[in-house]
Amino acid sequence: MAQANKSPFLTFVYRSYVTIFFLYLVAPLLAAGVFAFNDSLFPALPWQGFTLDWFFNDTEPKLGMFHDERLLRGLKNSVYIGVIVSALAVMAGTCNAFLFERKQFPFKNALYVLMVVPLVIPGVILGISLLVFASMIANGIDAATGVNVKWLRPGIPLIVLGQFSFLTTITSLVIAARLQKFDIALEEAALNLGASRSRVLTTVTLPFLFPALFSAFVVSFLVSFENFNTTLMLVGSDAPLTITMYDRVVKVGSTPVLNAVSVFLMIASGSLALLSVLIQRKKD
Amino acid sequence: MRSDAGKLSLILLMAPFALWILLLIVLPQLGIGYVSLREKVGPGQFTFGFGNYMDFLGEPIYWNTLLRTAWMSILVTILALLVGFPVAYYIAKIARQRSRAALFLLCLIPLWVSDLVRAFGWIVLLRETGLVSGALQWAGLISGPVELLYNDVTVVIGLVYTVVLFMIVPLVSTLDGMDDALLEAGYNLGGSRFTVFRRIIVPYAMPGIVAGCIITFMLTAGSYLTPILLGGKNSSWFTEQIYNQFITRYNWEAGATFGVLLLGFTSLVIWLGLKLTGQSLATTVAKD
Repeated sequence: MAQANKSPFLTFVYRSYVTIFFLYLVAPLLAAGVFAFNDSLFPALPWQGFTLDWFFNDTEPKLGMFHDERLLRGLKNSVYIGVIVSALAVMAGTCNAFLFERKQFPFKNALYVLMVVPLVIPGVILGISLLVFASMIANGIDAATGVNVKWLRPGIPLIVLGQFSFLTTITSLVIAARLQKFDIALEEAALNLGASRSRVLTTVTLPFLFPALFSAFVVSFLVSFENFNTTLMLVGSDAPLTITMYDRVVKVGSTPVLNAVSVFLMIASGSLALLSVLIQRKKD
Repeated sequence: MRSDAGKLSLILLMAPFALWILLLIVLPQLGIGYVSLREKVGPGQFTFGFGNYMDFLGEPIYWNTLLRTAWMSILVTILALLVGFPVAYYIAKIARQRSRAALFLLCLIPLWVSDLVRAFGWIVLLRETGLVSGALQWAGLISGPVELLYNDVTVVIGLVYTVVLFMIVPLVSTLDGMDDALLEAGYNLGGSRFTVFRRIIVPYAMPGIVAGCIITFMLTAGSYLTPILLGGKNSSWFTEQIYNQFITRYNWEAGATFGVLLLGFTSLVIWLGLKLTGQSLATTVAKD
């Protein structure tokens, strides 16, 4: 092992470094989490005792997150956007995976690079470019027919399109990686046994892909849920949770209810991610 | 018959891809390029030219912000590589099989927590009434509360924090494939630790390093929350300028110009990075 060459002292230094690094990783999360339970109006010391008010209390000034209308509406919007955009991105990603793994066509390599490109475009740019493009179309339609196309103006449909534009790259890569491992002989065997193409797809290929489809869905949902940059440029009157929280931080300053939301998000996204890992592992 | 079906399925599979890339990526980018070349001369009247770019060059605040964003992003990328590499190496090569998976998962957890929560955590830690200030007072190192937010060091620390995981993940997956026999061979042939590191480990990890640096750099240059929340009003980050032009001032022409400049700049750096290391976008970024 490579380790054998190391002196105990160096190993110790190395271990300590890695430990400090992980402390650095969890420190802000812990800080954000702990003060959700402090019975005080500010997320700061001194410790005033344990409370769950910032989650469940229903009166001002200590309005808990589950009674805060605007936060709840933000949460609902986020879930709504996340589910739609992830479903769309998984569908498009599956098509792309089959396209690049199974088909031969001209300019394949160039198009593959084009598929990866959305990952290296800054989110803010994706947001403003879609905003500009959608407005140009909407203005054009308005000038030509006098119809105002609402969904091309900032709002949930544009947020979905904006997030879809880069999530599809992620889902395509995840699903393609799994499809690559698929033994094509299985499909051929099923075809030789007289199954139709669509039957092969639904009984052989798609079940094999399922773990990848599921984890692609979870990954897109989480990325969509926490997305800020692209969403910020496209948001209309129905703001998702991250934008609502940001508004709160900027306008009201930090209040422990935001710590409570942070705890909620950490637990929810942590368990979703864990679920996806478990499903992936079981099938492998 | 068979080839007809093949052609049909190719077209059916190509359609969503083409719609996606064309309508959501290519045309919108051309759209901001077009708007950036448009100059407003009156209500609803436009001429075309490089006037918006000239305005950008004529206003030191604008290009200083871009330069500042640029060098801070490069600094953050380098720091993230320096901080992340030993951790990735530890996870991939030194940790035992069992703790390896756990450590890797631990690495991923902050990735799933929104940027906002992470930035908020730093605010709780670092502001005047925050934990660090309190701890330092308690330890007697300082006499009064100290404001640790709103300076460049904090912004850099916060940015490294936000992006370092995107550096570690590709590094781990590359280093994971490295055979330990390569290292042993290096040592047996008399290489020092440094030689082995420079001649074997780094070249082997290069695709991971490039992928990590590209993603990290792009995320940093395009980040909005961390510089604004940790750097305060004077963080002068370029994405903030874009937002101000677009949303606050409703000056889309200037905003689009800034957008094109930011995109051009990040693309240039990424292209240079790929060229200098002889990698391609498809083999690095798409690998994980």
